Amino acid sequence: MNKKVATKNTKTPNLYPKKTKIQVTIIFAVVLAMYLYSMNFTVSQTTGGFANSLSNMGNVIKEFFPPNLSILPIIWEPMATTIQMAVIATTVAALLTIPLSLLSARNITTIKPLYYITRISLNILRTIPDLVLAVIFVGLFGVGVFPGILALIIFSLGILAKLFGETVEAVDMDPLEAMRASGANVIQVIYYGLVPQVLPQFTSFVLYVFEINIRASVVLGLVGAGGIGLTLDRELNFYNYPNAMTIILLIFVVVIVIEYISTKIREALI
Amino acid sequence: MDKNVLPPKPKKSAFKKIKIIIITLAVIGIYVWTFLGIDINWARAIERVVNNFGNIVPKLFSPDWSAAGEVGEMILETIFIAFAGTLMASILAVPLGFLAAKNVTNNYIGTLGKWLLSANRSFPELILAILFIVAVGPNAFAGVLAIAIHSTGMLGKLYAEVIESIDMDIVEAMEASGANKVQILFFGVIPQVIPEFLSYAIYRFEIDIRASSVLGIVGAGGIGTMIIFASMNRNWNEMGLILLAIIVVVTIIDMISSRIRRKLV
Repeated sequence: MNKKVATKNTKTPNLYPKKTKIQVTIIFAVVLAMYLYSMNFTVSQTTGGFANSLSNMGNVIKEFFPPNLSILPIIWEPMATTIQMAVIATTVAALLTIPLSLLSARNITTIKPLYYITRISLNILRTIPDLVLAVIFVGLFGVGVFPGILALIIFSLGILAKLFGETVEAVDMDPLEAMRASGANVIQVIYYGLVPQVLPQFTSFVLYVFEINIRASVVLGLVGAGGIGLTLDRELNFYNYPNAMTIILLIFVVVIVIEYISTKIREALI
Repeated sequence: MDKNVLPPKPKKSAFKKIKIIIITLAVIGIYVWTFLGIDINWARAIERVVNNFGNIVPKLFSPDWSAAGEVGEMILETIFIAFAGTLMASILAVPLGFLAAKNVTNNYIGTLGKWLLSANRSFPELILAILFIVAVGPNAFAGVLAIAIHSTGMLGKLYAEVIESIDMDIVEAMEASGANKVQILFFGVIPQVIPEFLSYAIYRFEIDIRASSVLGIVGAGGIGTMIIFASMNRNWNEMGLILLAIIVVVTIIDMISSRIRRKLV
């Protein structure tokens, strides 16, 4: 009798209530079931299933190596075009963002319908992937760098306007009011009150979007929108895997270098 | 008399001035290089847009509903690809995250691990998809692999940062009261990191839905396959429906996921 009481008291209480446990188990089971179903669904399309695919991978990787480095001088030009596309797109997007983000900031745009319309259209814009935009613009403007730049501009506009709009909403309005009270005009208020508060963040966001644009512009060529993707697509269509590998490596190096520089600048800014 | 004079402006050091001049020159240099190098054929672009505008833009806004069944199927495939890829990545990223966390391993391994993870992230998904298509054939499974590998980089890095920010006092207290390594991991570390791990994984799912919707452009399954066929056939009504489907699905998933994430953290 005594022993029984003792064991009952030493039993550690459950860490989580029973209801939570049941909930977590159900969620886990649903996630697992959906995973197994999607895996089964996608693997069923492969010839020979999962094991065969994995063993095939080794053989294919061998074909890509060694990369043919002698084409580096030829592929440098499309790579440069790719970077230039990203530079132009980021610049134009940054300039267009300023009025748009003011419209999507609650504390600046006091007209409610205007604020909501800007917000909703920016949200819709952000859901469209950049490559889909590029496909449509290639249809509109024909193959070339211009549709690519346009796609990048619209895509980065959605991200930038949202990020920058939030920054503008977080601005400390007190200095602006104090300046207005002491007789500064609108331009002075904006230049000495608003700009110093948001400039570091703005520059940092622009650099961040530049990184995104570099990564995006690399693949735009796959749908005919200019840049190195076009060259890569051609080499792959000719099954010229060593050349393709050189292009992939060059993309990798350029992206890493630009990301490194941009991250360092952004760290110094904020 | 001097009372009305403004306080003097803070002086900038010579070093700072030189730095500003160098940055300005570098930025100007980049722009000169860009505008000299880029070659846009304006005349042709304008000519094409004048001819095509009426053919394309109105059609985009009048979706072709007869393709709804096929679009729905492909959207489902897109979600499957993103789901399988993200789940694979969120599990693969756990050990990598622990390896790259400085308070679990040492400083050198941590830095190296983080570096490798961000290097992995620098490969665009589509390039990875191309590599996997060559290996496993043009199907949805190649897309799953591409999404999984690409997401592992970002998730691993975020996981490592979460692990680095945990409360080490709890771990120390457990150590002091005689818990072994496995017990510390399960009762000291994991309860602290699970909510944020889940939140990041769900956030990554949002990104991967967008990513997997374009994978089909290179042949890796999903709605992208239809995008590329619709543009080749100049079937812009169908493209309108595809766009609408992508916008609706992405918006719904974003909404659900941000609601779950708000509850988690």
